Amino acid sequence: MEENLDLRYYAKVHSVESFGTVDGPGIRFILFLQGCNLQCKYCHNRDTWDLNQGQYRSLEDILTQVKKYKNYIMPNGGVTVTGGEPLLQVKFLIEFFKELKKEKIHTCIDTSGMVSITDDIKQLLELTDLVLLDIKHINDEKCKQLVGFSNKLELEFAKYLSDNGIKMWLRQVIIPGYTDKREDILELKKFIKTLKTVEKVELLPYHSMGKYKWEKLNIKYELENVKDASQDDINKVKELLGI
Amino acid sequence: MEFKQWENFNKGDWTEEINVRDFIQRNYTPYEGDDSFLAKPTEKTEKLWKEVLDLYEKESKSKGSVLDIDTKTVSTVTSHAAGYIDKDLEDIVGLQTDAPLKRAIMPFGGIRIVEKSCEAYDRHVDPEIDEIFHKYRKTHNDGVFSVYTPDVRAARSSHLLTGLPDGYGRGRIIGDYRRVALYGVDALIDQKKNEMEELDSDNFTEAIIRKREETTEQIQALNALKEMAKSYGFDISEPASNAKEAVQWLYFAYLAAVKDQNGAAMSIGRTSTFLDIYFEKDLKEGKITEEEAQEIMDHFVMKLRLVRFLRTPEYNELFSGDPVWVTESIGGMGIDGRTLVTKNSYRVLHTLSNLGPAPEPNLTVLWSERLPKHFKDFVAKTSINTSSIQYENDDLMRITLGDDYGIACCVSPMKIGKQMQFFGARANLAKTLLYAINGGRDEISGKQVAPKYLPITSEYLDYDEVMDRFDTMMDYVSKIYIKALNAIHYMHDKYSYEAIEMALHDRHVYRTMACGIAGLSVVADSLSAIKYAKVKVIRDETGLAVDYEIEGDFPKFGNDDDRVDKIAVDLVRKFYRKLKKHQTYRNSDHSLSILTITSNVVYGKATGNTPDGRKAGEPFGPGANPIHGRDINGALAVMNSIAKLPFDSASDGISFTFAITPGTLGKTEESKIDNLVNMLDGYFKQTAHHINVNVFDRSLLEDAMEHPEKYPQLTIRVSGYAVKFTKLTREQQLDVINRTIHEKI
Repeated sequence: MEENLDLRYYAKVHSVESFGTVDGPGIRFILFLQGCNLQCKYCHNRDTWDLNQGQYRSLEDILTQVKKYKNYIMPNGGVTVTGGEPLLQVKFLIEFFKELKKEKIHTCIDTSGMVSITDDIKQLLELTDLVLLDIKHINDEKCKQLVGFSNKLELEFAKYLSDNGIKMWLRQVIIPGYTDKREDILELKKFIKTLKTVEKVELLPYHSMGKYKWEKLNIKYELENVKDASQDDINKVKELLGI
Repeated sequence: MEFKQWENFNKGDWTEEINVRDFIQRNYTPYEGDDSFLAKPTEKTEKLWKEVLDLYEKESKSKGSVLDIDTKTVSTVTSHAAGYIDKDLEDIVGLQTDAPLKRAIMPFGGIRIVEKSCEAYDRHVDPEIDEIFHKYRKTHNDGVFSVYTPDVRAARSSHLLTGLPDGYGRGRIIGDYRRVALYGVDALIDQKKNEMEELDSDNFTEAIIRKREETTEQIQALNALKEMAKSYGFDISEPASNAKEAVQWLYFAYLAAVKDQNGAAMSIGRTSTFLDIYFEKDLKEGKITEEEAQEIMDHFVMKLRLVRFLRTPEYNELFSGDPVWVTESIGGMGIDGRTLVTKNSYRVLHTLSNLGPAPEPNLTVLWSERLPKHFKDFVAKTSINTSSIQYENDDLMRITLGDDYGIACCVSPMKIGKQMQFFGARANLAKTLLYAINGGRDEISGKQVAPKYLPITSEYLDYDEVMDRFDTMMDYVSKIYIKALNAIHYMHDKYSYEAIEMALHDRHVYRTMACGIAGLSVVADSLSAIKYAKVKVIRDETGLAVDYEIEGDFPKFGNDDDRVDKIAVDLVRKFYRKLKKHQTYRNSDHSLSILTITSNVVYGKATGNTPDGRKAGEPFGPGANPIHGRDINGALAVMNSIAKLPFDSASDGISFTFAITPGTLGKTEESKIDNLVNMLDGYFKQTAHHINVNVFDRSLLEDAMEHPEKYPQLTIRVSGYAVKFTKLTREQQLDVINRTIHEKI
């Protein structure tokens, strides 16, 4: 049956959170989509990778649910789609965001940007009020080691957002010893300067609270001996970035 | 009436009759500004508070955290000589006994409970008092047990009816303590004398005779109040003439109440905006400074924090400590559209910063969408920093209660000075369901507690059959519940009448019979499981259903899923209608609350396995909360579920306890405040009634490790990730605690 679903109107969903306050402005309804194309060693949502997991839910069903929270999200919040990698379900997101726009609900995507910019993606971004773009690593070699892929696509994605006037909050997970090297941060700073639509740079301290999800799936957690990022670690990077 | 103390006030109805609301409306100054005017504690306050903290420490080191007991004196309004913490430092004076934190005995409610309480702390009631109350003077407790019927006794001992105020003071009555400040005691006595004249008719009925007797007691209580104040060197026969006196007069009235009654909840009402009128006047006339105004409020609140009652360790276990519920209702909107927020609303909340957070007084903000923006931000900020504020929906309550109501205990609204309730604790609805399945036998003891109705004998539970039996059992429970409450309140009026509190009420008092239910979410989930999954019954050799096996999944309360939420809504309506069938004592109107405070843990202990998969002994959700861990769609989904519960059928209050980590509220202080405000606006816009907001700190998290059932919604959130704190392993929890403690709020 699932093969026959029109994927414009069905999404593979991991879960929802009705009270999101840390992924975009205001109170946000967060839709966690299932499936990811990357293999970030530090992932705290390891359980969202597998495309075969999760549950199909209809557009209508999800919309009905979102509308129940309008009283909370309307003042200055909205809907954020995250995952997994939400852009893997771009066709659904186009229809979803069209409906949200009809309701005047603020739309936001939390993504790695590691996708090619297809016509679908372009259409979706036109319906998107804000992109939370997670720069995995500014150094291409280190990026490949950390997440399994080159950063070429996501840097191009950032440029596309900038060129097309789409607002973004740039994010970087600070993993001590991995993403906080001075030369890398300075390089990142240089890159950010080339972008015109960056509203905010958010540093996300690495934490190991997602480790238990790997263990539950019987998969080895490679960052076993890496310590969580402290406020100090964050402050150092902030200083380098000048934010 | 005319007093020189009233010279600069706008006159109106209130000068002709007792009408505090009219006085407030004609004289108060709404405040829409921010908190920048607030003052830090004065040196005097800091010194005095330090002495109180030392006393607290001594108290907590004493056996059972009871510092001292006066076992020789029966507490009355005038029983004890004046007591002080440090006379020279105190702006506001008055203690329940002659020394701070020394507890008094109040045997009119029941002598045995007093004896038991004393013994628990290695003390003994004076033999003479023992003799008097055993031999010559009947108590409330004696009265109740002399009339209890076998069905009520059985239901009581099997925990079908729980927490009934038959051995302790019913409380939940709010005297209009403001009247003493505004009118002075003599004018109030005159009013009561007029009432006595009205109560002299040709038709000299039982009701009129009772009312005359009560009014006589009220007049005596008012005279006693004057006498008590005199022992502190104050003549309160006339109105207060300035802010300090207004607070002092008002506090004396409240003090008289807590010397007279060991009530389950002794709320103070809605006093801060009333008092603001006096502060504004004094400030305008240059008689006091803002620092002095704050000092008076700080000292007032300090006194409220020192109120203590002697209670048994079992009582303390039920309520996690020995709370007094000195509930003060703050803010709200007037029916003319002006806000009732004043500078003094800020001052009373600011005591949480000046003296540090504390559960007492129980500061309750009456929330309206139309509250001034600055005030919303200020309370949200204070909430985040102290976790010491609860919120109730003013836009909802104002419809039926106007703009001069207050909250008794946690959630029960009542018009100040015009309304009281007969507190009825709660019926265990989860147990009622199990009795329906077992034909009235108790699932733990196997005893026949309720009548021998037909038990369900099928292997799998059928929804319609269960509903049918449950309906019959609810009929039975509501019948014996009202019987029990009628007996309790008849006897409470007779043997432990709250003369001083009722003296501060109008002659015509609107009374409610305040019933309650425990275990709502357990029953809703159980019925949902029976309806949407398959529930197999496990029976013991006597045929008693003792456990349940669930096959398949089912919708659970707390996820904003109408399939199960509707079951909960229908249950509330249905049980309320059933209660209304039964005649109540003093023709009180039935009301219903969904509130357990922390007793959900104890009720859970006394209830066997339930068809929703909850195991015997496991706690219920507190109040209207979902069962711990069953909500998977985040906080707002829980709120939406709870907001559906109908206030018109549960007008005594619907309680929701909410815990959150600061990081989960947002990333910056500004966004945390903003999000909390929007959350409250959204929740109350959907006609929800109450929410208790706990923003955790380290100690709260540590408590959550030990007692996960108390923190049903505690979620740890960082960007893109959320987890229930209680689902983490102990090691992970410790880790989170260590991480989050460094977070700056």
